[in-house]
Amino acid sequence: MTMMDSKQAKSLMDKVLGFSKAEECEVNLTGSVTGNVRYALNTVTTSGVTEDVTMVVQSAYGKKSGVATINQFDDKSLERAVRTSEELARLSPESEEYMPRLSQQEYLEGKGFVDATAKITAEYRAQAAADSIIPSRKAELTAAGFINDNASFAAMANSKGLFAYYPSTGIDFSTTIRTADGTGSGWASRDFNDVRLLNTADASKVAMDKAVRSAEAKAIEPGKYTVILEPAASVTLINNMAGSMGRRLADEGRSFLSKEGGETKIGEKLFDERVTVYSDPQNADNPYSPWSGDGQAHAKRTWIKDGVVQQLPCSRYWAEQKDYEAIANPGGWIMVGGSESTDELIKGVRRGILVTRTWYIRSVDPQTQLYTGLTRDGTFFVENGEIQYPVKNLRFNESPVIMLNNIEKLGKPVRINGNMVPPMVVRDFTFTSLSDAV
Amino acid sequence: MQRRSFLKVTGLGLTSMSVPLSATAQESLSLPLAVEAKRALADVALDAAKAAGATYADARIGRYLNQYLFTRESRIQNIVNTESSGIGIRVIAKGTWGFAATSKLDADSVAATARQAVALAVANSRVQSRPVQLAPVKGAGEVTWGTPIKRNAFDIPIKEKAELLLEANAAALAGGASFISSSLFQVNEQKYFASTDGTYADQDIHRIWAPFTATAVDKSTGRFRSRQAIGVPMGMGFEYLEPDPAERIDGVTPRYRYAYDLIEDARQAGRQAKEKLTAKSVEPGSYDLVLDPTHLMLTIHESVGHPLELDRVLGYEANYAGTSFATLDKWRQGDFRYGSDKVNLVADKKQENSLGRVAFDDEGVAAREWDLVRDGILVNYQATRDQVHMLDQDQSHGCSYADSWSSVQFQRMPNVSLEPGKAPLTPDEMIKDVEKGIYIVGRGSYSIDQQRYNMQFGGQLFYEIVDGKITGMLEDVTYQSTSTEFWNACVASCDASDYRLGGTFFDGKGEPSQVSAVSHGCATTRFNDIKVINSARKI
Repeated sequence: MTMMDSKQAKSLMDKVLGFSKAEECEVNLTGSVTGNVRYALNTVTTSGVTEDVTMVVQSAYGKKSGVATINQFDDKSLERAVRTSEELARLSPESEEYMPRLSQQEYLEGKGFVDATAKITAEYRAQAAADSIIPSRKAELTAAGFINDNASFAAMANSKGLFAYYPSTGIDFSTTIRTADGTGSGWASRDFNDVRLLNTADASKVAMDKAVRSAEAKAIEPGKYTVILEPAASVTLINNMAGSMGRRLADEGRSFLSKEGGETKIGEKLFDERVTVYSDPQNADNPYSPWSGDGQAHAKRTWIKDGVVQQLPCSRYWAEQKDYEAIANPGGWIMVGGSESTDELIKGVRRGILVTRTWYIRSVDPQTQLYTGLTRDGTFFVENGEIQYPVKNLRFNESPVIMLNNIEKLGKPVRINGNMVPPMVVRDFTFTSLSDAV
Repeated sequence: MQRRSFLKVTGLGLTSMSVPLSATAQESLSLPLAVEAKRALADVALDAAKAAGATYADARIGRYLNQYLFTRESRIQNIVNTESSGIGIRVIAKGTWGFAATSKLDADSVAATARQAVALAVANSRVQSRPVQLAPVKGAGEVTWGTPIKRNAFDIPIKEKAELLLEANAAALAGGASFISSSLFQVNEQKYFASTDGTYADQDIHRIWAPFTATAVDKSTGRFRSRQAIGVPMGMGFEYLEPDPAERIDGVTPRYRYAYDLIEDARQAGRQAKEKLTAKSVEPGSYDLVLDPTHLMLTIHESVGHPLELDRVLGYEANYAGTSFATLDKWRQGDFRYGSDKVNLVADKKQENSLGRVAFDDEGVAAREWDLVRDGILVNYQATRDQVHMLDQDQSHGCSYADSWSSVQFQRMPNVSLEPGKAPLTPDEMIKDVEKGIYIVGRGSYSIDQQRYNMQFGGQLFYEIVDGKITGMLEDVTYQSTSTEFWNACVASCDASDYRLGGTFFDGKGEPSQVSAVSHGCATTRFNDIKVINSARKI
């Protein structure tokens, strides 16, 4: 019963709603079967399968609400979760921001479930790991990696009659392959809803090649450089910035989208005109749930068009206060790009640094969206359109707002960490120190 | 899960049938599962694993309870109780680890899960090149332990906890903040460990944390600045949130040992967030840094705690967190200078009031204390049962932890702390000796590379020191160094009267990623000639 179908989920949640004595009750139910294999030093280190279903019950009396979660589903446990949430609600002070539950909404069809992924076996995972480990062993390299697959569902129902259900599958693979002497390191990752798109041997070849080519890296002076950012190098920076693009924060004056005088920068051109970012729950390469956790319908939306901020996510509460449209945070975003691959972009660069990925990115100043972090697992000096030699890793202090203003060229977007990001050539990227890390 | 229904599904024991069924929100969070039932269920798992071919097995039956309160300004945003229970079974079969977990706590499901763990181990054994080698552990029999809390936070009325947060919010707003968000996290891990070595350990772990972020906005300039709480997460009960003047240290802002005045800190935060709006921007350059424990705890965590995790050193974390500069050859040479001779860093799973305190780790090893760096020299690492043989040691350090019954346990950082200085020295006396420096309080931005060489840290409050005196607040401060340069620049620590714990509540590691909570103690400490950069930008 870990993977419930729509009927089973509804039946269980209706039972829970039947226990409710509150003025409003909402139930969120999620279940998953997840499997994983982890390997390091060319050997499997851990593997596991976990099945779990969790229910979240929210009860409300007026504007007083409480939440309880549970993962046991006998009638007594279910009723106790309802009673606990009701008691928490009664004990709670009123929350001015509590919004009445939504009635039934119109949702797009979910596109995230692939049966083949739901049927992954322990043998498949072991073979997928072996396809990374064995070639590395043969090449006298050292592989570490992780394969994680899941078949999941999410469902919600409430006392206003709303019901929503979304099944999904996913598989994530990443590998770090190092030279035996520890002087070189390469990396590759893939994530899909459909396991049939994953070839761990091919991805591992990329990491193996980078490991060998990155050995004996040279030191260069930190400073401003033109960079070729592979999608994994920019995704976290852009993701962090996107996560700060809330309407309320901007209105309250504590966002990079706030302006002096109390206005916001919505409608202003903040980025290079080639920057367009949208989201689409039905995108074939990057689908996500057609409804948000509070039951709002997701639709295709454009957040930044031709460098101009179009709209921002906005909670139901803030929308009501300000007479805005309530807009839920999307489940993934897509940055539009061109048609060229990373390799093709490199050919057009006279002098720059190719960055495979960035790491340990943390906010330094939310006012300017300044982040720091480091390059990792394949950093190369490029001259006259070709990789010349590996360079030592570098710490950067850079803002994605500045980065997306300094675009020279965009390549073809690829899926990375649940988003779609193009490889990009960016000028004047700020590196502030060298790292000895490999 | 309620104890009665637990007994029903397992078909075990009748001794606890008088437990009331209509548990209240409070009671439901403090009602543990019956130990007899857990033992019987654990034996089902161990027996099934052995019957399926396991040469070793352990079972962890967990009931993980959390209560979270979220507020902003004068409003409660959410109050959440979470509860999750289930069993995680780890086995060695054909020399390979296998793990499976289920929330279904009936005997048949548990036995099937144990067999699934063995099947996974067997499937993976064909790509296994080195059989797992466990350090010996003598079975401890049936043992119990609990965090020695004075007031169980789960027993405190919701209203009292909500009012405390709202009062703190009001104090911050009165102090000068435009906005404040505050939270209260209460965690209770009721976990039962059993292994084929003969240990049955029943533990009841408690932790608490009350963070906030106060933000001041100047709409006329469009500028905003925040100040986060300097109270820390602790392995304590609600008594940590009951102010005690004896536990307060005065200075540029009040700081706290084992009793935190949340309302006073919020008041200060409101004032300081506003002050930050107009504070002087730092001149980049080299400074002597005087680091308060509320700040240095995080530097210890990142530049000592993580690099000395043996799984990182050996390469087991290469694909995620990374490896470490503190390689075995450096340790074996016996004189690798991690820091100056003032630097003594100890690991301690028994430290009072700490987040990492337990009696047994998640593979049944008794908690202990050991040196990591002594007189500046690297002397040891942090290891689990399957790792210590690689150090030619035969006793695990007891560093195994899983964040849930559904997560596989692995090597996690123990409490790692810097010993205070032996000579009497207060923070004020330390500052008097600094010509050009910055005094930093509170943890801020932090980033370090995957081998833990290059690091960059910010903070909450920065004060310029000129000729032994604090001259005013600074902003845009961030410092860069490497781990060994930094620790070799350590010239003095204040004495034990200034020693305080800090900690991290949600430290991430592993794949799938797991969180853990760990404390770091130290006194105010000085580091000379550290590179400071200015983080101001224009967009």
